[in-house]
Amino acid sequence: MLGGLALLVFTSSGWPDVQETFFSPEAFRTSFPDILRAFWLDVRMFVAVEVVVLILGLVIALIRTSLSPALFPIRALAAIYCDLFRGVPVILLVYLIGFGIPTLGVTGILAEPIFLACVALSLAYSAYVAEVYRAGISSVHRTQTDSALAVGLTKFQALRHVVLPQAVRRVRPPLLNDFISLQKDVALVSVLGVQEAFRVAQIDSQSSFNYTPLIAAALLYLAVTIPMARILDYIARKQDSVV
Amino acid sequence: MSSPVLEIEGVTKSFGDRLVLDGIDLSISEHEAVALIGASGSGKSTLLRCIDLLEEIDDGDIYLDGEVITDPAVNPVSVRRRLGFVFQAFNLFPHMSVLDNVTLGAVRSGAMPKQEATDRGRELLDRFGLGGREADRPDQLSGGQQQRVALVRAFASRPRALLLDEVTSALDPELVGDVLEAVREMKDEGMTMIIATHEMTFAREVADRIAFLHEGRIVETGTPAKVMDSPERPETQRFLRRLLAGGRI
Ligand SMILES: Nc1ncnc2c1ncn2[C@@H]1O[C@H](COP(=O)(O)OP(=O)(O)OP(=O)(O)O)[C@@H](O)[C@H]1O
Ligand SMILES: [Mg+2]
Repeated sequence: MLGGLALLVFTSSGWPDVQETFFSPEAFRTSFPDILRAFWLDVRMFVAVEVVVLILGLVIALIRTSLSPALFPIRALAAIYCDLFRGVPVILLVYLIGFGIPTLGVTGILAEPIFLACVALSLAYSAYVAEVYRAGISSVHRTQTDSALAVGLTKFQALRHVVLPQAVRRVRPPLLNDFISLQKDVALVSVLGVQEAFRVAQIDSQSSFNYTPLIAAALLYLAVTIPMARILDYIARKQDSVV
Repeated sequence: MSSPVLEIEGVTKSFGDRLVLDGIDLSISEHEAVALIGASGSGKSTLLRCIDLLEEIDDGDIYLDGEVITDPAVNPVSVRRRLGFVFQAFNLFPHMSVLDNVTLGAVRSGAMPKQEATDRGRELLDRFGLGGREADRPDQLSGGQQQRVALVRAFASRPRALLLDEVTSALDPELVGDVLEAVREMKDEGMTMIIATHEMTFAREVADRIAFLHEGRIVETGTPAKVMDSPERPETQRFLRRLLAGGRI
């Protein structure tokens, strides 16, 4: 099926044109260095946002799973936060924050598109990741907490040493999924004019009437996301065999 | 007899509008083992959980070494560090090695330096037939072995009393013996304990005293011989007759 399709494509009369516009070695060579340089920005944004997301998501999940009646107002806020930021398309958030905050007349880093884009991604992904953590925390049976308290741990220690390690292990696959989605969604910041890999490739392709730069950018994303997926799979398997 | 290690006075506890403990009075002396018997749902687990402050009581007082522990001002963590609890379903920490299960409490509470806790953990595991299993995960052990780890875990911190909640009822019959043997050994070492159990033979043999719980009240207490051979209360008689008919004695 796939082979037949490939045969059809490669022997069609339009194929030489397609090859020229999408897979031109010449265009690849000229555009690649710029795109690679721009991609470094994607990588840095991704790492920064991921760190924020892993921490903020956990804090929100802990608030949402807390039982203390005193925390009820914060718990309600956290629930609203998750509903809101999970329910809005990420690109819309990037737009709203990236263009909205500067209209408030702020200066310095608060008017910086790169920073605002990272804020938008962090807010959206923290909501996703909080829900993932929350599912993991609720899946650890209450008797584990009882048992931890019974051996003399404080509530915080019970969470830290008994509940969270088990919770995180159980939700590793969905957590890794969000991780990889985020790596790709970093390209959304291009709507703010940030010169990241997709944006640079787009400009190149528009000025040369050739789509090869976009293919070059796609390859760069894949060069990170595929090994990342494999490495994380491997780590997950190794840890599971110990548990 | 010396002053009691645990004293329970007029303890009541409801879940919603269901009254589960209805004015419990019970006192346990140093080195004494009290077996708590009673039908399923009579409140045995609830009573033990209340003593370990895993449940909040509605009324009454519980004293540990003469100090009230059910006062809201008392830090429950410091109380639990002086008590050991063993659950029916073991409740070991599945992500930790057997040895870490045993030492976690002592190390994190700062009760013992890590080295001392490790040495004591190894020594106790060895003594209770678990030598060589220190690095295993709990799920690599049989149910009987897991429950012995849970016993060692509770015993390792040198508690003032052990609270044992039907420690054998989740086990296959052939695994029960080793666990009961471990309890007996702890008792012989002078450990004070409350043992909620359905094992009447064991209760008779190990307990100094039996307390029969019926619908949230202790209706009869006494030596095993007295309570089991010549019970005074009709509820006790009925309970024992039913066990006898079921071949449980
Ligand atoms: N967390 C809870 N919420 C509501 N009801 C509860 C809770 N825990 C126990 N109960 C109820 O309290 C009563 C006593 O339960 P408990 O577990 O103390 O009995 P038990 O004597 O230990 O029984 P068993 O021999 O089956 O272990 C039961 O009716 C039970 O349904
Ligand atoms: Mg019970």
